[in-house]
Amino acid sequence: MNSTIQNIYFRSDQAKAYTLLSPALILVIFAMAAPMIVMIFTSFNTQISMIEIDRTFTTGRYEDFFSKPIFSMLLFRSVKISFFVTLLTLVTTYPLAYYIAFYVKKNKMLWIVLMTLPFWTSYLLRVFSWRVILGNKGVINSALMGTGMIDEPLGFLLYNQAAVIITLSHAWAAFAILPLYVSLDKIDKSLLEASYDLGNTKFETFWRVTFPLSLPGVIGAILIIFIPTVGDYVTPQLVGGTDGRMLSNMIQSLFGRANNFPLGAASAVLMLTTVCLIAALVTYITKKVSMRMS
Amino acid sequence: MSIKNYIKIKNLSKSFGDVEVLKNINLEVEEGEFFSLLGPSGCGKTTLLRILAGFEYPSEGEVFFDDANVTSLPPNLRPSNMVFQNYAIFPHINVQRNIEFGLRKENLSKDEMQKRVENALKMVQLEGYENRYSNQLSGGQRQRIALARALVKQPKVLLLDEPLGALDKKLREEMQIELRNLQKSLGITFIFVTHDQEEAMTMSDRIAVMDEGNILQVSPPKEIYHNPKNKFVSQFIGNINILGAEIKSVSNENLLIEVDCFGSMQLKNYQQIIENDRINIAIRPEEITISKISDPNYDYNFQGNVKNISFYGESTYFYVQLNNSDKILMVSKNETKEPFSENDNCFVNFSSNNLKIIKD
Amino acid sequence: MYNKNNTLFIYCVFYFAFLYIPVLLLPIFSFNDSFHMVFPLKGFTFDWYIQMWNKSRLHQALFNSIKVGIIASVVSTFIALFAAKAFTRYKVKFHGLSYGAILLPFIIPEIIIAVALIVIWTSMGLKLGLIPVTISHILFCTPFCMLILISRMEGFDKSLEEASMDLGENSFWTFWRVTFPLLLPGIIASLLLAFVISFDEFILAFFLSSSDQTLPIYMWSQLRFPKKFPHILALGAIIIIVTSLIVMTAYWLRNLGQGKKKDFSIGI
Repeated sequence: MNSTIQNIYFRSDQAKAYTLLSPALILVIFAMAAPMIVMIFTSFNTQISMIEIDRTFTTGRYEDFFSKPIFSMLLFRSVKISFFVTLLTLVTTYPLAYYIAFYVKKNKMLWIVLMTLPFWTSYLLRVFSWRVILGNKGVINSALMGTGMIDEPLGFLLYNQAAVIITLSHAWAAFAILPLYVSLDKIDKSLLEASYDLGNTKFETFWRVTFPLSLPGVIGAILIIFIPTVGDYVTPQLVGGTDGRMLSNMIQSLFGRANNFPLGAASAVLMLTTVCLIAALVTYITKKVSMRMS
Repeated sequence: MSIKNYIKIKNLSKSFGDVEVLKNINLEVEEGEFFSLLGPSGCGKTTLLRILAGFEYPSEGEVFFDDANVTSLPPNLRPSNMVFQNYAIFPHINVQRNIEFGLRKENLSKDEMQKRVENALKMVQLEGYENRYSNQLSGGQRQRIALARALVKQPKVLLLDEPLGALDKKLREEMQIELRNLQKSLGITFIFVTHDQEEAMTMSDRIAVMDEGNILQVSPPKEIYHNPKNKFVSQFIGNINILGAEIKSVSNENLLIEVDCFGSMQLKNYQQIIENDRINIAIRPEEITISKISDPNYDYNFQGNVKNISFYGESTYFYVQLNNSDKILMVSKNETKEPFSENDNCFVNFSSNNLKIIKD
Repeated sequence: MYNKNNTLFIYCVFYFAFLYIPVLLLPIFSFNDSFHMVFPLKGFTFDWYIQMWNKSRLHQALFNSIKVGIIASVVSTFIALFAAKAFTRYKVKFHGLSYGAILLPFIIPEIIIAVALIVIWTSMGLKLGLIPVTISHILFCTPFCMLILISRMEGFDKSLEEASMDLGENSFWTFWRVTFPLLLPGIIASLLLAFVISFDEFILAFFLSSSDQTLPIYMWSQLRFPKKFPHILALGAIIIIVTSLIVMTAYWLRNLGQGKKKDFSIGI
């Protein structure tokens, strides 16, 4: 008797909660899950003309993907570039987040706003701006030539993987600063004082206390930068050249000029699978490491 | 006019999931009474208050206000108002609009409304604060505004959830007296939740001591202090020495017992029914005296050694270790100048009529 | 102990420069009297701003972007408001699963959502255009709005709603007199930030907009022509200033009345 009343209360709470959640879940189901399922089905089809697709089941598109080395190469390169973007962004923003968390006393909010503001201004224009900075007639080259330090523009600045990595790292900085700052700011300062008190130097304290405690922020930043950048299209297109092309550029052309929807879908499926596997791996390793630490 | 029971709680239980936080509560509160629910945190006192307010519904049992069953009535339809632990002053509107908040449905004219607000502010001595916002008020002021906001509704019952907990000691003591005076002059029922036994003792007409979802004792403060029903109540209210003892024989109304550290003793005019051979004997620290030489005015005198002295200003506590025993007795003395220092030998003296038998 | 660290401070200044130079370069060149973005600057001109007024395709693209942005921000804020309420108010069964599902569109590469939507849309025989763009923007903005609103609601003291009930208001009036006014800054912040995200979004619109260009697509189409891009710089300068103002307003609103709460985890 007692438990049935509770069950009704409990169930009605669940009913209310899911009524509130239903618009969001319907959105995710119809605008993401269903299209993805159709995308997976399409990846097993064949394009036969400009507008016609043969719906018979075939693994042909996946065979295409793996038989032409360019596809695997682009997928591998996308992952590689994202890996370096993530690494570079983490390494360059960690000191910044550290400084704001521990040294900035007043107006922390202002610092955070200033650090994240560029993120909101047009992504396209920011990437384009890097082309202007790195180009043959760009800011760096014209400045160097103007001062007479070089006679000919440095051609290696633009249209390569390094340019893509620098530009993406600039574009995604805010996504690293925020989680890093939050995890560093949460650290109880008395823990660090305790570490000094117990005889550790500042350096030792950082590696033995601060850094391990900031790991949740590091992991958050890794996932939130690595996953989306694997699929970035604008940056490689604008500053990557042939050397910096990524899988997204190929996917786009398969839905554009090349007009091969099934192969494009297969490429997207493989990109998603790769990203999921890597994300799962990162999460798994983190769990193992944090379990061993505790 | 006969005093009637305004609030009646019958066979009330409440569970959250598998945890039973209130176990078969039965309680009646008189009209115009200052009634406290006292207990350690997690004893269920706040849940009981929230059930009275209508924020929680009991798993079983019923609640009556003035003989009307209100068990499933939502909070907005109950003739009770609450002062929240954190005061819950709406931060987006000023004091004036906070106090008016609950009067929307009463269709008062602008003048009447203004008058009600002014009276309420006067009652809590915060005239002129109409235009302030919550963040411009101190803790004590917020507490008064919360009180005014509830009282302006002219409730039959005022529910107070540890309203003084966030205030510092001095302000808390002032508010205790003020609240008590306010309650007497308004004549409405106050249900006051607190974990502070001193607060409950000084303010209440009656106290319900709670622990682990049960009400252990409902009595006026003095009764609770002098005749605690069990060990928990005796220890929760004030300080007490509790000693194990064994019953040797019962004759007429006299009881011969063997107290662990005192040896055999006789209790006179004893009327309680004894179920066990093992019992607890209790005595309050102020019922024992301490002296350099044995004091013949008392039934019992024991030799001991002063281990610790704690000075509290108005009283001093001596922790005396009895000779031939591990037991340390708490003795309190009102005199500020004590002739003892630590490690002095001393006598402790008490009379058998101060000894109480207490259930587990 | 943490009083000063000059090395770190200097590093921060350099990083600031790294962050801001690419952003500030465009407004500077938008006043430069040359087709080429090369130093030294040639001369000061307003020409590019004037030119901008005469581009009817730009006006159409701007109008499309504003239309999509408003619909996407309003709809996603509404959906997110309900979802945030569910997560903060109830102990939702399968909490992690539904929470993760709603956040997913924000994390997975946009190009995958773009591909999935273009495939389903064309296979249903529907015409691409602003409708699928709007749907995809709602999908993309909702997790964002939800995070903003959840952080606002977590700072929300539940006893305020209880106090309102206790003072005689039913749940409808409690919502309008207490809950809504207190959440309003968060709701407006969510609307503003969602609008900015939608307004700036490129890849989904690129795949799904077909001939109905949004502003980023219009800019993309002009970048290839050196003669045309000075007016894009002028446009870009305006966009940068306006979005910065909107974002700062949103930041200010988000923290309004939150006291000293310093939760920036979703401040992005």
